[in-house]
Amino acid sequence: MLRTLIHNSVLRRIAAAALTLVGVAIFVFIMLRAIPGNQITAGLGTEAAALTPAQRLALEQYYGLDQPLFVQFFSWLGNLLTGNLGFSSRAQESVLELTLQSLPVTFELALLSIVLAIAIGIPLGMLSASKPDSPRDAFGQVVGLAGLSIPAFLLATTLMSVLASSFGYNPNGQTFAPLFENPLLNLQQMLLPALVLGFGIAAPIMRTTRTAVLEIRANDFIRTARAKGVPERRLKVKHVLGNALVPIVTMTGLQFGYLLGGAVVVEQVFSIPGIGRQVLLGIQQKEYALVQSTVLVIALTFVIVNLLTDLAYRLIDPRVRAE
Amino acid sequence: MASGSRFTRGTVTTLGIAAAVSLILSGCSSAGSTPPDSDSGAAGGSLVIGVTTDPDTLFPWKATQFQAVNVLQNLYGTLTEFDEELNVVPGLAESWDASEDGLTVTLKLREGVTFSDGSTFGSEDVKASLEKIQDEATAAVSRTSLASVTAIEAPDESTVVLTLSAPDAALPANLAVINMAMLSSEDTEEALNTAPNGTGPFTFDSRVANQSVTLTKNAEYWGEEALLDSVEFRVIPDESSIVSAMQSGNVHMAFFDDPLVAQTAEGGNISIAETPQLGYHALQLNATRGDLADVNVRLAIQCAIDRQEVLDTAALGEGEVTGPITSPAYKSDPSSRPCAERDLDKAQSYLEKAGKADGLTIKTIVSQGGYATSVNEAQNLKSQLAEAGITLELETLESGAYVDRWVAGDFDAAVALNGGRPDPDGMYGRYFTSTGNLNKVAGYNSPELDALFAEGKSSSDPKERAAVYEKISDHLEENAAWIWLFTSYSYTASADTVKGFVPMSNGSLQYLRTTSVN
Repeated sequence: MLRTLIHNSVLRRIAAAALTLVGVAIFVFIMLRAIPGNQITAGLGTEAAALTPAQRLALEQYYGLDQPLFVQFFSWLGNLLTGNLGFSSRAQESVLELTLQSLPVTFELALLSIVLAIAIGIPLGMLSASKPDSPRDAFGQVVGLAGLSIPAFLLATTLMSVLASSFGYNPNGQTFAPLFENPLLNLQQMLLPALVLGFGIAAPIMRTTRTAVLEIRANDFIRTARAKGVPERRLKVKHVLGNALVPIVTMTGLQFGYLLGGAVVVEQVFSIPGIGRQVLLGIQQKEYALVQSTVLVIALTFVIVNLLTDLAYRLIDPRVRAE
Repeated sequence: MASGSRFTRGTVTTLGIAAAVSLILSGCSSAGSTPPDSDSGAAGGSLVIGVTTDPDTLFPWKATQFQAVNVLQNLYGTLTEFDEELNVVPGLAESWDASEDGLTVTLKLREGVTFSDGSTFGSEDVKASLEKIQDEATAAVSRTSLASVTAIEAPDESTVVLTLSAPDAALPANLAVINMAMLSSEDTEEALNTAPNGTGPFTFDSRVANQSVTLTKNAEYWGEEALLDSVEFRVIPDESSIVSAMQSGNVHMAFFDDPLVAQTAEGGNISIAETPQLGYHALQLNATRGDLADVNVRLAIQCAIDRQEVLDTAALGEGEVTGPITSPAYKSDPSSRPCAERDLDKAQSYLEKAGKADGLTIKTIVSQGGYATSVNEAQNLKSQLAEAGITLELETLESGAYVDRWVAGDFDAAVALNGGRPDPDGMYGRYFTSTGNLNKVAGYNSPELDALFAEGKSSSDPKERAAVYEKISDHLEENAAWIWLFTSYSYTASADTVKGFVPMSNGSLQYLRTTSVN
């Protein structure tokens, strides 16, 4: 019984995920403290030099920095287990509250970006693969290369600057509109950042699609299908693309996981109050609890996305199901 | 200015390349500036100010971050205030008189002042505020400004009497900073963190963490009522995004330190005003360390540096060469120093006197990301000093690491941007007196300086004080305590619809109360 449980791949995966999260927790805790400075110097800057020892102690007590490191670690961990992610003294709100506000924003941005990336990447990849080494292949490759090589911040600032200075258009200069309060403005504000992120991700999707399609097409069963008189269109979509989807799904799932970690630069440039910006602010202000808990939340979503990607394989690829 | 160093200003790093690219793209790069229209417009309007970070605290006694100071200044009142020229003028105190021996100061408070929660402001609030600021457990950053105050009494509702241990001419100016805000005696830090309750021209309306802080006009303000209905400080983390938000008309006003960013903003219906700042760029020398203990070595460094060249190469020439004291009323003459012009021969002779004719090496800390020009300044200084046989060994640190080392006084030399203050005692007393709480960071003191600073504090006659601080300035330059380089500008970008705002050289936004947008 126990043996079957241990061999149960789902349980094994959950155990691995839990271990990963513990590892992330320890790692982030140590790394944060390895960064010079603490919340006091981050807030006061060089003014911290003027603090008397008693003043410094009062501040350390306020931020809980007077406790030994392992006490800090275990009290944070203990709080986590009760659902208390900590408190941000800067925002004067609980980290849980902040995360519940910022995570959906990033999720929406990631989803939009992936949709755009797929909409650009897969057709482009199929176009390239349809006639290798032709001008249309070269076109697909060049667009893909551009997506890979143009840094997101450059594309973002350029787009924003051109639209604002030439057309006076900049929805991101307004207060951020949550999706359910003002969907129209929200979509306007999300469009450019999603386009920037989607363009960057379209490139690997395009390349994966191209390679996968070329590989599948070289298979015997395609030749057989064609010989049996399957129409070319149906062949392309059902047989070739259907089989090429496995690597594409893997790639897309991975990219989606990364996006949920927060596209820090893009969120920064477009003032999107997502989880990436939350981590960045936390690091700048040395808000330990904020950064630790947010990174853990990001790790958790990444793990979940990976699990879901695995499940998706099973749906697409009967061979994996049979394993 | 509230902070001792401008390191506490917004520290979000600007992407320099992005700024340069948008400069080229937007095609507007005229370097000149036009002062904003200072005619007051009609009442009303909602002003949106673009800022890179939101306030790190709403509690005025602990606020040093630029954004926090700017917001809180409009919410809270102080006993004294500064006018445009940084003269000390009445605030919540209508007048103040020092006794003949200078040991008692009597403040007459303005009557009919209320906090935004409706409670009345009176002498008990002043007594409670000042006593809490003095208490170390409060960890108020301006505590040392009250070091000379030994007792605070409130004989009646509108009178406060301060007893001093020694005359303190700098006290009125020290009371004008937001870290000395007057709070209601019934308020607690915890409550004020989320619900500010002050006597300023605006009241706190709402805050969305990391996104915006909104203030509304205080109809009960004791002074002239503000023209604006509301002011929103909107957080747009990237400076070039603020520029495009201004170009599209979503944001009306913003403040930049980086001349490159300011240039990208100018044009169309946005104008830029340059305001000389009290903050100064300097090469701090730690005279308690090795070769730098020898005044001849420090003078050799002074003589080997062409300050205009540092300004030109590191800051596009946007600024002015400066001596130690930058406030208009006490300004040092930058040519009053042993080497007003670069003089390599003289530098060499100083080195010979110090027995270092073959040169020496100085370890110098530089901040990366604290402010735009730091690394460029360091590199220019390094190349200039190399020609005199002095090697600057640069240690470029992330700004958090830099602050740690700076605060601990753990450096031979430091490329620094320090905040200035209107009163020269407030500016340098804490650095260059042997008991000053930043003396370890300054790395220099002398009995003469101690005596001069005491003298400067004991007189309240502006002329007498100016003469004393000139001597202090000369002493600092003759001993090359630090190498003062230049002051830079801050840039106020505003849309044409914004009227009546007056930028100040301490960076204060107190003139939002006379601003309108239509």
